[in-house]
Order: sequence, then C-alpha cells, then structure tokens
Amino acid sequence: MSASPPVLSIEGVVKFFGEHQVLRGVDLEVAEHQVVTVIGSSGSGKSTLMRCVNLLEVVDDGVITLDGEDITDPRADVDRIRRRIGVVFQAYNLFPHMTVLDNITLAPRVVHGLPRDQAAEQALDLLDRVGLRDKAGEYPDRLSGGQQQRAAIVRALATDPRLLLLDEVTSALDPELVGEVLRLVRELAEQGVTILMATHEMGFARQVADRVCFLDQGAVLEQGPPEQVLGDPVEPRTRQFLARIIDAGRL
Amino acid sequence: MSSPLYEPSPLELERRAYRRSRARRSTVVALLSTLIFAVVAYLTVTNAPGWERTKATFFDVSYGWEVLPSILEGLWLNIRVLVVAAVCVVVVALALALLRTLRGPIFLPLRLLATVYTDLFRGMPLLIVLYLVGLGLPALRLDWIPTQAAVLGTIALVLTYSAYVAEVFRAGIEAVHPSQRAAARSLGLTHRQTMRMVVLPQAVRKVTPPLLNDFVALQKDVGLISVLGAVDAIRRAQIEVSQTFNFTPYVVAGLLFVLLAVPSARIADWVSNRAARRQQAGGLV
Repeated sequence: MSASPPVLSIEGVVKFFGEHQVLRGVDLEVAEHQVVTVIGSSGSGKSTLMRCVNLLEVVDDGVITLDGEDITDPRADVDRIRRRIGVVFQAYNLFPHMTVLDNITLAPRVVHGLPRDQAAEQALDLLDRVGLRDKAGEYPDRLSGGQQQRAAIVRALATDPRLLLLDEVTSALDPELVGEVLRLVRELAEQGVTILMATHEMGFARQVADRVCFLDQGAVLEQGPPEQVLGDPVEPRTRQFLARIIDAGRL
Repeated sequence: MSSPLYEPSPLELERRAYRRSRARRSTVVALLSTLIFAVVAYLTVTNAPGWERTKATFFDVSYGWEVLPSILEGLWLNIRVLVVAAVCVVVVALALALLRTLRGPIFLPLRLLATVYTDLFRGMPLLIVLYLVGLGLPALRLDWIPTQAAVLGTIALVLTYSAYVAEVFRAGIEAVHPSQRAAARSLGLTHRQTMRMVVLPQAVRKVTPPLLNDFVALQKDVGLISVLGAVDAIRRAQIEVSQTFNFTPYVVAGLLFVLLAVPSARIADWVSNRAARRQQAGGLV
C-alpha cells in the first residue's frame, strides 16, 4: 500500500432498516489502483454497503470519505460526489428506451457537458475495447446478458470515475458469460482502475483482488491478501463460509 | 433507529441535528411562501373594481345555504348515476380491451369491431353522444328502450368512457412484459388462463392510477346528464338561478362536485404511492 491517502475510506458505517441492523460498524479502505473484493453470504450486507458508498442509502452512523472528502456529511452535494463514482449493478440497469451508445453517452453529455460527437467517439473507443462496437446502435434488450453487462460497465467508465463500484456484476449471468465480464474487470484492474467489488466469484477474487474482505452479519470479520483470507482464514466463520463455497464447486 | 446495543456517535447526532434543522427550515419556508401567496391572491381579488357586485351574485352565503338541500338532492342522482356508470364502464372496457388482444384470424371481426368502437367513441364529443342517445333513442319509439333522461344519460356516459378506459386497460395489458406470458404459456396455461391469472392482475395494478384519474373525470361529467333534462345537481342549480338571477347555486353545485372528487383524488395518490413503495428498495433517489 502506498503513502497516498486512500481513494475510499469507510469507517464505522452503521445502517438500519427499521429495527434490523444491516451494517454494524464496517471499516474498509480502498487505495488508488487497488482492487478490493467484498465476499460474504447473501444478506451479509454487501449490497447495502455498496449502496451506502454511492449515497443511494443514507448511513445511520460512521463516515465514508472519497479522496479525503466526507461524503456522508448532510451538507455534501450528492450529485457532485456521484459524478466521481461509477456503479455497475447486478441487473445491468441499462435504460431500455435508449441505444447502447445513448446509454453510454448520456452522463458524459448531460452531466459532464461533453459535446455529442466527442462523447460518441469516446464511447465507441470504449465499446471497441470490450468488443461491442458493432452493437452501439442496438437496444439493450437485443443483447445477451454478458453483452449488456459489458455495456453497463462501459457506461460506468465513460465518465472516467475515481472509483468503480461493482455490485455482484456476474450474479445474473450464466457461467459461460461470467468469463467475458470478469475478463473485462481484470483488464480494468490491470489498467489501474480503482475498484470495490462485491462478488461470489472466489476464484476471480483470488486472482485479481489486492485485498479480500469477508463481511459477516454486517461487519468485516476478516480482511487481508486473497491468499490469506481465501487460503488460510483465521476466523472459523470464514472457514465455514469457504467450505460451503467449495462444496458448491465454486472455488 | 434504536437498538439496545447501539448508541449513535456524536458525529451522527450532529448530522441528525443538522437534518432536523434543515427540515424545520423547509417547513418555515413552505408556510411563509403559502401565506404570502394567499395574501396576494386575496388582495388582488378583493381590490378588483367589480368585486362587490361579483360577491353579491356569485358568493351570497345565506342564499347558498338556502339552496343547498335542493342541490344536494340533485347530487344524490349524480352519485347514483356515477356508481352505475363506473361499474358498467369497467365491465365494458375490460371486454373491449380483451377483444383487442385476441389473436387468430377467426377473431378478426371482433378485433375490428372493438377498434372501430374505441375510435368512434373516443373521437366523438361527449355532448354529441349525449344528444344522440338521449334524444335519438327515444325517437325510435321502441317499447323496451328507456325514456328516463338519467338512464339515457348513463348509457351515453358508459359508451364514451368505455372507449377511454378500454385503451387504458389495453395499455396495461401490453405493458406486462412478454416474458410473463411466455412463462405462463410454458406452464401449459391457455391464452385465456394466462390472461386471467397472470397478465390481467399485473395489468390492473399498473393502470390503477390512470383508471382512478378517469374515475374522477367521470365524477364531474355525470353533471352533463342535466342537458337531457335529468334533474341533477346542476339542473337544480340552473332552476334556482333562472328564478333569482343569482349565480351562487352554480358555485354551490361546483363546490359539491369538488368535495366529491377530493376523496377519489386522495385514494389515487395513495394507490400510486403504495405501488411506488412496493417496487423500490427504498433509498434516496
């Protein structure tokens, strides 16, 4: 880890849904060019944590900072902060009434004020890199799941975000399509994009992540290099979780 | 937001205090702007040169109280017409919408008929439908055709509104994603079973807000049956006005229709809010 301040820092984040405490003081840091993966069973709070970072949920306690700026401060400008974060959702969330190209150029044009031709040129370059250039004029519903998810990743990248949030981006895909999306994420990691990623793909986490965090019942139970957390976990709960995953044949 | 094991940090307490103060500020701003608007509107109207005269002919409170019972009696007719018309409209419109979704060459005449019907009655002004039905049908002098103005008026309203509501239903049916139909058919359900158990329940939920909107529109359009001579709230007001040349009874009748519409409008709001809450995971956007 370098001496520069982390891109994202999460300290003691607490979130309630009604009486149910979903996050119980989560601490997490993502340094520049780092890939941090969050693992944990369903309901462990992974998605909620992602939504808190993108300010789609208001945290009930704790602090999240982006490049040192407190983004959980109620005085912070939510829209300005979100401009610096790219998000890819589990269910792609592409806009079905726009072509792939329009999906991608929407934010660069409307939010960042890029001229249409420049935004389109940039988008086509990105689409080219993910092998979707010929799909630019198609509507999302005509693409396969893997193609849609790659388009969604390009949409998130088009604004050149400081941080990319990937929320179980392969969970809705069938196994043969998972590979094409993960290959793309791996390329992004190699290019130095800073990524926080919730995932069930342990094999991928082991190969690509700089750090793996095991989230259990709303708190980070264990975190460290992938070899350690996935290979030789300290906590019994982590072992139990990994044993179940190995039984399911996913590691 | 409380749990026996959880104590908010000072930072969180400060944030909550800040949010509370912002909320208080919003309330104060809203109150002030409403107050200022009301005062300006009041002063503008009451300072108009003709205000005294307008007040006497349109807002005569004691006269209004005097005619209220008679107009209420008329309104009772409107409410009965409304209930009957609303029920008939839903049935006829649903049938029309389903006819338009039928597939297969054998149903072409039915589809065509439904299409022509909606085109015709959505295009024709309600007032003209009222005249054609209300004056034209009795002129046939057939024994089984009703001659009561209220009944004829109801028929005209049902004819026109069914065409609108059928289109709303059809939009709802078409808005149900094709994958739902595929899932139902793949389970072996027939077209009819698929419609009844999978498509329609979802379609009706989708179109409830626009349907309630049409209901509110129907609520005031039932007043139009007065042109056929049915003695409803508007007709009662008209009779009073023709005797005194004071327009207050119209204002009274208008206010009564508004009172009738307010609960439906609130129900419509409530229904659409509930639908929105169900579909969202919560959050800030």
